[in-house]
Amino acid sequence: MNSTRLALGPLLYYWPRQATLDFYAEVADSPADIVYLGETVCSRRHELRLDDWLDVAAALDAAGKEVVLSTQSLIESESDLKALRRVVAQDRFRVEANDMSAVRLLAEARRTDWIAGPTLNVFNPVTLEMLRESGACRWIAPHEMSGAALADVLAGLGEPLETEVLAWGRLPLAHSARCFTARHFNLQKDTCEFRCLGLADGITLRTRDGEPFLTLNGVQTQSARVHNLLADLPRVTRSAQVLRVSPQGANTLQVLELFRRVVAGTDSAAAAFEASADCMVDSPCNGFWHGRPGLEHCSLQ
Amino acid sequence: MTLSQRIELVCPAGSLPALKTAVDNGADCVYVGFKDATNARNFTGLNFDPASMREGVRYAHDRRRKVLLALNTYPQANNWKDWTAAVDRAAELGIDAVILADPGLMAYAAKTHPDLRLHLSVQGSATSYEAVNFYHERFGIQRAVLPRVLSLAQVEHVIANTPVEIEVFGFGGLCVMVEGRCALSAYATGESPNCNGACSPGKHVRWEQTPKGMETRLNGILIDRFGDGERAGYPTLCKGRFDVDGETYYAIEEPTSLNTLEMLPELARAGVRAIKIEGRQRSPAYVAQVTRVWRAALDRVMSGADRFTVQPAWMAELDKVSEGRSHTLGAYYRPWK
Repeated sequence: MNSTRLALGPLLYYWPRQATLDFYAEVADSPADIVYLGETVCSRRHELRLDDWLDVAAALDAAGKEVVLSTQSLIESESDLKALRRVVAQDRFRVEANDMSAVRLLAEARRTDWIAGPTLNVFNPVTLEMLRESGACRWIAPHEMSGAALADVLAGLGEPLETEVLAWGRLPLAHSARCFTARHFNLQKDTCEFRCLGLADGITLRTRDGEPFLTLNGVQTQSARVHNLLADLPRVTRSAQVLRVSPQGANTLQVLELFRRVVAGTDSAAAAFEASADCMVDSPCNGFWHGRPGLEHCSLQ
Repeated sequence: MTLSQRIELVCPAGSLPALKTAVDNGADCVYVGFKDATNARNFTGLNFDPASMREGVRYAHDRRRKVLLALNTYPQANNWKDWTAAVDRAAELGIDAVILADPGLMAYAAKTHPDLRLHLSVQGSATSYEAVNFYHERFGIQRAVLPRVLSLAQVEHVIANTPVEIEVFGFGGLCVMVEGRCALSAYATGESPNCNGACSPGKHVRWEQTPKGMETRLNGILIDRFGDGERAGYPTLCKGRFDVDGETYYAIEEPTSLNTLEMLPELARAGVRAIKIEGRQRSPAYVAQVTRVWRAALDRVMSGADRFTVQPAWMAELDKVSEGRSHTLGAYYRPWK
């Protein structure tokens, strides 16, 4: 597990500018080896513009991190494409493609250092080989993919390809043209008043009997539970060389530290899982990894 | 204005009777699926075995209509051969086009059956011309079905920038999420549109009369609760009532159907080449009713979009078969977002 690297996924929530900058200043001293930056959820969010993200990227690069610029998952308009083209046109940092439009632009630019993001729906080795031939140097498995299915994909590859798995965070489950945060406040998306700003972990949606079920994060819907693969790491790291931690409102760096201790062999996976209870905004789940409904939590036998 | 291009009416069929009904009522194309997980309507008792498919293709071709086959779920490493076998069977049966979502499967189809026409499924999540053109360049897709997330102006912009024919949803069940990018059902039940061809599958549904009302659950999760006077709907998980910050409401979407009939002249002017009707899981009676109305409406538009008006009788017919007996323009109409 020693060579396993830790990645901090893109910030999925909309935090105030200073809070975001402060967060990444701390990340510079964190155990993260790789940091994904940029807005992937909603084009209306603008506390940080591309130039601001590039400044953050430069600082993290100077701190020795591998920096990747993540791109938007749902591309709807010409201005979305324009933003995408600007990210692809810079060649200082790697790019995470979260839509086939980005794949086309990166392949056209003949870049061979990009990362195939989790929303590209790569479920079999033939599709993954196609992305590799188009320049992908790493991929993130779809969140709904089980550990067994992931092993099958990797076994079908001619040459190994660096593989990343989401190992911590509320699961991004769906994207829509509609903004559910704006809807909650009886607003339309075009005049949303940026009501998601400062909702550090989104808004919890509960069933009518009070169970937390989902999280509203603008146009994105996430799980309420926290996907937590700490206890599963010995198995996960047989397939994945990179473990992704998704930023959350508080304790993200503590979470990274828990992962570091398991990867370095300082703590057992079980002990780290136990210690992670204080860092979770809701109860844990890991069903997807075990080929079960994602909200389930499967203990190891 | 008379339109230079014909707009095809693409109708659903979950059975041979439904296919024949669609053809008899004026569908230009009927889209179907095999009885397995290779398509996004993998429901018990639905879809075609090879014999009924052969008969369906013969019936449609005798009347110079087309049959399109949805193979629009994502094959996995361990079941890859089931999907490629389905592509082979489609070619052998003389299917007019296969509707695919997985790039790997497109590569297989393009290489193995170069004459087989490829359509990009809505499950492929292509929402921009850059994405559509990617599939065109790589695999030669000739048509793309757009996810139900774009506004009319955005649809028009895609059409203006691609050589690929664009098909859009005109009527039927409404996915609120980008198709192909929704794992809500997988999260709740372990079965997803992407991998299993099912959303909120029936085997996980429970209806239970309680002192608080009729409760509908999906794998134990309470999706909605109905009072005495309310009609209890199917618990599709994005169309339930939930509690957000102390307020109980349809937090994601109401039970409603998409209906773009009133937008037909604009869709025609935008250059849309085909209109898709959702509902392979619905009855032949639904197929008959909806196909009849849309055939009449499309004929009217193609003979002169300027003079098109929506007949109240059409809307009345369509509302009868709509989810929740109501309809919306969905994302085509910006304020919906």
